[in-house]
Amino acid sequence: MEKKMEDRAMATSAQYLTFLLGEELFAVDIFKIREVLEFTSVTKVPRTPPFMRGVINLRGSVVPVVDMRAKFEMSKTETTVNTCIIILEIAIDDGITIMGALADSVQEVLELNLEHIEPPPKIGTNIHSDFLIGIGKNDGKFIMILDVDKIFSADELSNIQDTTA
Amino acid sequence: MAKTIMTVDDSASVRQMVSLTLKDAGYEVVEGVDGKDALNKLNSYTVDMVLTDLNMPNMDGITLIEELRKLAQYKFTPIVMLTTESQGNRKMEGKQAGATGWIVKPFKPHQLLGVIKKVLG
Amino acid sequence: MAINIDTSAFTEEAYELLGELEESLLALEESPTDDEIIGRVFRAMHTIKGSGAMFGFDEVSKFTHEVETVFDLARNKTIPVTKVLIDLTLAARDHIRSMLDSADSGEVVDQIKALEIIEGLRKLASNQDDSEYDEVANQEDETAQQLSEEASEPQLFRIRFKPHLEIFSNGTNPLLLLGELKELGEARIIANYDDLPELENLDPEQCHTSWEIFLTTSEGENAIRDVFIFVDDDCHISIRNLEDQNDIDSEPQKLGDILVKSGDISTNVLEKAIKPLGHRLVDSGDVTPSIINAALEEQNAVREKREQKKKSEPTSSIRVTAEKLDNLVDLVGELVTVQARLNQISSSRENSDLQLITEEIERLTGELRDNTMSIRMLAIGSTFNKFKRLVRDLSKDLGKQVEMSTEGAETELDKNVIDQLNDSLVHIIRNSIDHGIESPEERLAKGKPAEGTIHLAAIHSGASVLIRVDDDGAGLDPDLLRQKAIAKGFIASDSELSDKEAYQLILGAGFSMAKSVTNVSGRGVGMDVVRRSIENLRGSIDISSTLGKGTSFTLKLPLTLAIIEGLLIKVGEEVYVIPLANVEECVELSAASINSSHSNDVINVRDEIVPYIRLRDRFDVEGERPAIEQIIISNVNENRVGFVVDDVIGQHQTVIKSLGKNFDHSSEFSGATILGDGSVALILDLREMVRYVEYAEIRGTL
Repeated sequence: MEKKMEDRAMATSAQYLTFLLGEELFAVDIFKIREVLEFTSVTKVPRTPPFMRGVINLRGSVVPVVDMRAKFEMSKTETTVNTCIIILEIAIDDGITIMGALADSVQEVLELNLEHIEPPPKIGTNIHSDFLIGIGKNDGKFIMILDVDKIFSADELSNIQDTTA
Repeated sequence: MAKTIMTVDDSASVRQMVSLTLKDAGYEVVEGVDGKDALNKLNSYTVDMVLTDLNMPNMDGITLIEELRKLAQYKFTPIVMLTTESQGNRKMEGKQAGATGWIVKPFKPHQLLGVIKKVLG
Repeated sequence: MAINIDTSAFTEEAYELLGELEESLLALEESPTDDEIIGRVFRAMHTIKGSGAMFGFDEVSKFTHEVETVFDLARNKTIPVTKVLIDLTLAARDHIRSMLDSADSGEVVDQIKALEIIEGLRKLASNQDDSEYDEVANQEDETAQQLSEEASEPQLFRIRFKPHLEIFSNGTNPLLLLGELKELGEARIIANYDDLPELENLDPEQCHTSWEIFLTTSEGENAIRDVFIFVDDDCHISIRNLEDQNDIDSEPQKLGDILVKSGDISTNVLEKAIKPLGHRLVDSGDVTPSIINAALEEQNAVREKREQKKKSEPTSSIRVTAEKLDNLVDLVGELVTVQARLNQISSSRENSDLQLITEEIERLTGELRDNTMSIRMLAIGSTFNKFKRLVRDLSKDLGKQVEMSTEGAETELDKNVIDQLNDSLVHIIRNSIDHGIESPEERLAKGKPAEGTIHLAAIHSGASVLIRVDDDGAGLDPDLLRQKAIAKGFIASDSELSDKEAYQLILGAGFSMAKSVTNVSGRGVGMDVVRRSIENLRGSIDISSTLGKGTSFTLKLPLTLAIIEGLLIKVGEEVYVIPLANVEECVELSAASINSSHSNDVINVRDEIVPYIRLRDRFDVEGERPAIEQIIISNVNENRVGFVVDDVIGQHQTVIKSLGKNFDHSSEFSGATILGDGSVALILDLREMVRYVEYAEIRGTL
């Protein structure tokens, strides 16, 4: 693992999985992704914010699923045949936590040249710049590269608390 | 019902020690200060067992045992001698007089109780 | 005995005994004249000494003997039980422990320390008459010898006991002696009446009966002789060790046995064939019936002994690593989940064979689960006892007087919970002694008794166990905590914290209650570690305190980490699990039973007013309520509370899965489980739920 990170630090390009939320194209570093699942029934956890879609059974483990559209303040995801759950490995505290992210559809795995990734602009996107690693470009389309560790950090997800207090 | 044991000894401290041990173990205890006193008392109480010292004023232990064995109600009663010396002849003398067993002083409470259990059940 | 004896049986027992020893010593410190406790101390040491010698722990045995010798003086009241004696004996206990440890680790034990302890003990002993000391020591040597004899394996003895005629007139009851023999082991006793005279010649005051006893005992021949000590000079007594002559292990098969084995004759036939032989011998006048009976008994006793020997070879308990046990629990968990699926599939198919098998598997799975869980359940008492020592040593170091009491030592908890709990409790107790309990002077000045108390209690509460640590110390000052938190920048200067929230501050990282750093605590590490490890156990910490009066920590822990019995309920589209341990009954909720005179949500259950919470409202479920709802009456914190649900589905063996860090604060749910159809159901934590509702109501009224 250490070795891999080093390699990557020196690498000039990285692989990303792209997916759609509404019309917009997003990407996540492929190293963060464990697998992609078809949409299955999600058990809702009451009294959590709308973006917490609920929990699913991932081969015997209970994994929370975040509705990415809701998280980015788009309309809530309506499930279709293309809807899928991207299973991510999130670094929280000192450990790795498994989380699911609901996406409208998964597109492809892209190799992006790191030099061509622009830092996130402070304004002009719908997404908070803290959640972005940068903005890439492919075939003339902008791709928002997400910092999933930030989006899924315990603090970010736990502003749920006031609903229970 | 709790069994009653008479302890006969001219030494108050020995009587006390024996008495405490026995009471602790759930027995009723009556005390006699010498053979004569014991014999008198044993004519009015009936006890289930007698523990007696051998060397005592007025009436010694051996005589006490002999006297008790003559009484119908004590013919088969267990009688245990407390001996200070562990010489065999005293023991044999006691046994011939009708003693059931003996215990050598100084003894520990559990040893005493062991002997009592042995002869009294 | 074989060279490679498994000594773990000894060490395991010895560790246990050392635990008891420590406990007894501490109890003795409180009541130094209690013979019962002195006896316990003595017995523990005696056993360690005896079995130590037997298992080749000669050093342990020798050392323990020294300690025991001195303690024997205390037992005989020759020397008083003093603090010095207890301190030395405790030190000796620790030394024995390190000797045992070193046998495992190969580390060298501190010989100088051992000498110091023995020196100290001998000094205590020498304060009185030397000769007596020697005498006691000699007696103990004898005991030790007897003990090593006792240590042998059970052996079979044949004992003949022929009392002399006048035995009764010595006050001896031969039956008591037989009874005593029975206590030594397994005895078969055959009375021989052959010498009984005709009735007209019979003197009832004489003893005409004699006995043959076949005794299987591990106590050795001397123990048997001891039984007859008062009568051996005038009675005929012979004791024969049958195993000396009779090689039990390789007895050649008898003709009869071979015939039975080959199926040529049955055992019945064989027995019949033997008996006539005996009868013939009796008839011929060569032997009496008693002798034949005795001989037959001898055969039986030998035979039985051999069988027992075979049976006793595998040990009655084995040690397994906790890891293996954990794997087993995981597997059982998976099995339970799969079994739930099987149930569901089976119930959807009209196949009675399948249903039958499913039910059988359900039963077996349940038993397997319970058995597996019970393997891991341990009483918390042994953990509590460890703390007695901690409290004693710590209060001594800090110059405080602290008395610890415990309650609920028999409460059982999952081994994993207990293991992980230990350090947390140590931290809490340390804190209580260090910061909670004041110095004796301070306490007296405050009008408190000089001696502070720490009370440890374990209580079952539904599917949880509550562990409480109460002290009667200075208590927490919520204002001081707030100020400190503000000064350290943990909270904003304008934040409003309730007292309870302020207490929780001490569980934060880097927050120390200590004004000065002592070597005991106060380095700002500890309580946050405690909080984290309790949360890892799916537990919680509650702190309450009264300034000047004391502080109480309550740890709420799940009974087991893995599986509970649950009740499946439905609210809207979702299925939830309620721990069955919380459920008292299920009642149909009709409009009529709702107490209409009340505006609050209460229901009348058999003339008892029970408040209820409608989960539909609580969970913001949209849509119409069903016409008939169900209400689950539960017992929460000793109060009956109802939970209104759409429907009750049935029981479910619930394998608890963690909801993960992201739902840490959704404490209305203690976890989740996977249902037969593969979907996830949340497990309700009724206690938290009631708390939130109460909290919300209080806020609402403000």
